[in-house]
Amino acid sequence: MAGIPFSYSVRNLWTRRLTTFLTALGMALVVFVLASSRMLAEGLKKTLVQTGSADNVVVIRKGAPTEVLSGIAREQAAIVESQPEIALGPRGQPLLAREVVVLINLQRRESDRQANVVIRGIGERSMLLRPKVKLAQGRLPRPGTSDIIVGRNIARRFQGSGIGETLRFGLREWTVVGIFDAGNTGFGSEIWGDVDQLMQAFRRPVYSSIIFRLNRISHFQQLKANIETNPRLRLEVRREIEYYAEQSKWMAKFLRVLGTTLTVIFSLGAVIGAIITMYAAVATRTREIGTLRALGFRRTDILSAFLFESLLLGFLGGVAGLFFASFLQFLTISTTNFQTFSELTFSFSLSPRIAYQALAFSLIMGLVGGVLPAFKASRMNIVEALRAG
Amino acid sequence: MLQLKLLFKNAFRHKVRTFLTILSITIALLAFGLLQTFINAWYAGPETSSACRMVTRNAISLTFPLPLSYKDKIRQIEGVRELTYGNWFGGIYIEEKNFFANFAIEPLGYLKLYDYAIPDGQREKFLRDRRAALAGRAIVERFGWKIGDIITLKGTIYPGTWEFMLAGVYRRGSVDIDESQFFFHWDYLNEALKKSMPHRADQVDFYIIGVSRPEMTTEVALAVDKTFKNSLAETLTETERSFQLSFITMSEAIIKAIQLISFVVIGIIMAVAVNTMTMSVRERIGEYAVFKTLGFGGRQIVALIVGESLIITMTGCIIAIFLTFPMVKTLGRTLRNYLPIFRVDREVFYYYLAASFVVGIVAAIIPAWRALRVPVAEALRRIA
Repeated sequence: MAGIPFSYSVRNLWTRRLTTFLTALGMALVVFVLASSRMLAEGLKKTLVQTGSADNVVVIRKGAPTEVLSGIAREQAAIVESQPEIALGPRGQPLLAREVVVLINLQRRESDRQANVVIRGIGERSMLLRPKVKLAQGRLPRPGTSDIIVGRNIARRFQGSGIGETLRFGLREWTVVGIFDAGNTGFGSEIWGDVDQLMQAFRRPVYSSIIFRLNRISHFQQLKANIETNPRLRLEVRREIEYYAEQSKWMAKFLRVLGTTLTVIFSLGAVIGAIITMYAAVATRTREIGTLRALGFRRTDILSAFLFESLLLGFLGGVAGLFFASFLQFLTISTTNFQTFSELTFSFSLSPRIAYQALAFSLIMGLVGGVLPAFKASRMNIVEALRAG
Repeated sequence: MLQLKLLFKNAFRHKVRTFLTILSITIALLAFGLLQTFINAWYAGPETSSACRMVTRNAISLTFPLPLSYKDKIRQIEGVRELTYGNWFGGIYIEEKNFFANFAIEPLGYLKLYDYAIPDGQREKFLRDRRAALAGRAIVERFGWKIGDIITLKGTIYPGTWEFMLAGVYRRGSVDIDESQFFFHWDYLNEALKKSMPHRADQVDFYIIGVSRPEMTTEVALAVDKTFKNSLAETLTETERSFQLSFITMSEAIIKAIQLISFVVIGIIMAVAVNTMTMSVRERIGEYAVFKTLGFGGRQIVALIVGESLIITMTGCIIAIFLTFPMVKTLGRTLRNYLPIFRVDREVFYYYLAASFVVGIVAAIIPAWRALRVPVAEALRRIA
């Protein structure tokens, strides 16, 4: 004999609409929190992974945690520049840029709050080394002038950083001549200008970092050994990808811990809601269950019918939660990265993996909520169940 | 009296369900309390700042230093009572995860400006010895340091390994302070820099100014910034509170999200409580009809339902209040590297009570309305 049709479970949920809605709402909230925290961590990772390029190398002072706190003297830079592993451009010039990175305080547009923004002094080949950065509006800064270009995220959020506007720092006025689009990378939260001009303005006699492209990725270890063992240099060599991933370690960990903690706490609440609902469903249908058993349905049929009902409940909640979480992709979050102490903008990013996990989690919640009541239903004594009110 | 008895009997009629509901309310309230405590801990720094202290830093950003020579000019400004200066050292103790804030400071002025409780002998020892360091109680306990220990920090901003001798342990004085910081002599850092990196010597990250009365801060700030206007290192002077707030507002987006989530938690308990009450009332529609037949008025029936709902939510609330302290204590221990001041605020409990009350009322509204509206005859006929 066939089992109880699925429509029985579906119609049961439909009969008690309010309760179904409330229970599914609880689960939807949990899935929403789970998905949104994962999406945020994913978005952060995406931004930082895309910021670096696989064959680029960053050189900073030994022991410096970030470019901002690093310093490389001109003579050290010259030694690095002479390494044979550096790729050459079309005209035989090394694909390398000496850069200076400093933080300045800027006023936000929408409030009186300030934030630390990265200003990067770039060389002629800085743009070549970062293929994802493209000029979106205006023009590139002319070397030797007070021209600057700003990332899209900055132009939107900070006073005086729109095209044609001026920013004042280092006792000079700087004109914004262009806005660049850096895709999904961290460069979108930076301001770029001429390296020599910025070094003069900030009175910094040293570079912050040297970026260059390798002619073969496999040469990395050799190059690293050459530079790091040279006692005159005291520098550190890292792959650009690893360097940027390292920069957000704390932030990623923070988001992960926060997300996990919240999800655990919330899911307890939602599972309890599901258990209450399913117990009530079983209690109010004692007679029905007795009737079904008397008609010849087996215990396992009853068990699976009730389990299916609670799984469906979880699934409904999961889909709803995911549906609302998917709208978060239009939001960007701008906050300070604790490690670099500078402004970083990233957005929620929904990957198929997160969607599967969220749905799986909602089904698990449904299952956990439904197991005990379903067993209770399947273990009823037929006669007593039929006698119940 | 009878009514009260009825309320309790009704509330605990379904033992499992009531227990689960109370449990979910307790969990949600604890989650809410935890998130609120977390946010309070985040803002603890500005809360402990004094209105009579101000911070002067480089106007470009905190990563740029100011010349040491500014100290004499600042001292001459009217209203400046006390002055100290220092650098964020940012050293690492053994490995990165042992993070604690460490500063090179000018010790005499600093200890006058901040009310630290330090045993007298230790204070003297710290001031006399240039290699001496002063550490907060929390980190001393965390690493099991003893007075006289040599502590080695790996420099990140200032390359090299730096050795200090622990001369004193400070505790909070009359006001709440962060007991997990580490201080050493600014001169010790500066002498070393003069030898190894002369271009970085004689520069300080911040000056801390003490004024006699809080209302003088604005004038002093303007006077200091005017003094250095159009120089190579322009300054920005603000109250200590707004200086510390500027750090926090940088990560405001995250704090706002946590705030929002803590209210979503309340939403979840509402859903669970409404659910429970709806079911209870649905099962007992027949009984309410009997009450009506016996001459109970609509008001009494509503009181019965609302009362039952409140008993459930308030029980959850009371349990949550008792469990909050141990929970915050345990978490405070795990988070002490990040949030030194992690404490339960009494306000949280008012929130608990308010939330439980509101949830109790809201959960009873729909069911009560249903119970009122249902015609007696139909309710008696109906089998739940």
